[in-house]
Amino acid sequence: MKNKAAYFGVFTALALIFSYVEMLIPIQFGIPGIKLGLANLLIVIFLYKRNAIEALLLSVVRIVLAGFMFTNLFSILYSLAGGILSLAVMALLKNRGTFSVMGVSIAGGISHNMGQLVVAMLVVETYRVGYYFPVLLIAGMLTGMVIGVAANEVLKRLHNVVFY
Amino acid sequence: MKKNDWIMVAAVIVIASAFIGFHFFGKNSGNGWVEVQVDGEVYGSYPLHREQTIEINDTNLLTVVNGAAEMKRASCPDQVCVHHKEISRNGESIICLPNKVVISIVDGEEPELDAVAN
Repeated sequence: MKNKAAYFGVFTALALIFSYVEMLIPIQFGIPGIKLGLANLLIVIFLYKRNAIEALLLSVVRIVLAGFMFTNLFSILYSLAGGILSLAVMALLKNRGTFSVMGVSIAGGISHNMGQLVVAMLVVETYRVGYYFPVLLIAGMLTGMVIGVAANEVLKRLHNVVFY
Repeated sequence: MKKNDWIMVAAVIVIASAFIGFHFFGKNSGNGWVEVQVDGEVYGSYPLHREQTIEINDTNLLTVVNGAAEMKRASCPDQVCVHHKEISRNGESIICLPNKVVISIVDGEEPELDAVAN
């Protein structure tokens, strides 16, 4: 498809806008580091409409660009670990076919948090961060559910739409 | 949602609550030692997990209860060390200056974070 690069650019822009919108949401969840992960909605949809490789590319490009624009290098490191791990898990579960969009999204949310926790352990060089584990587990599940519901609805409506 | 999704959600909740339960009830495991120094020299080390009372040179009385060490009695007039909060985490110490007694925790739990800067 000749317009592939152009389409991919459009989706990258959309993902960046999601990152930006999320940054504007003033609600704090009371726990540091917990956020909705709105951009992952696009990643989940992309995973289903296209494939894992392109979703990974979109995810990495989004994280690096959004990281340089809105946050710092350390955040990029954390986000990359979470993003890549969650995409790997989601692609695996999706290919198994025994989970619905909800399940895949929940697993993605959880593994995203786990990836970040592992990086945090390596950076801080202590295992005491481990007490954060159950909090992140539940938080990942809840955000994964929200994203899952949204992705499910969007995918239902985009059923006949072909992404480039 | 498919059946597998529910199973995963249930598993996650079980694992998380198990960890939370472990975190709350497994506290005061009492790792580490209380090291007592008198006049710069090591007087003795005592495990935090055993409840005990330690007499230090007839001047101070140290108790270890529930994985935390506390000065119960001191012969000095100011009683600063007696009023000191009990210690249980790595690097915390109680110092009795008049008697040159220093009590500190070694190999204990990591100290709690005061704050996290983003």
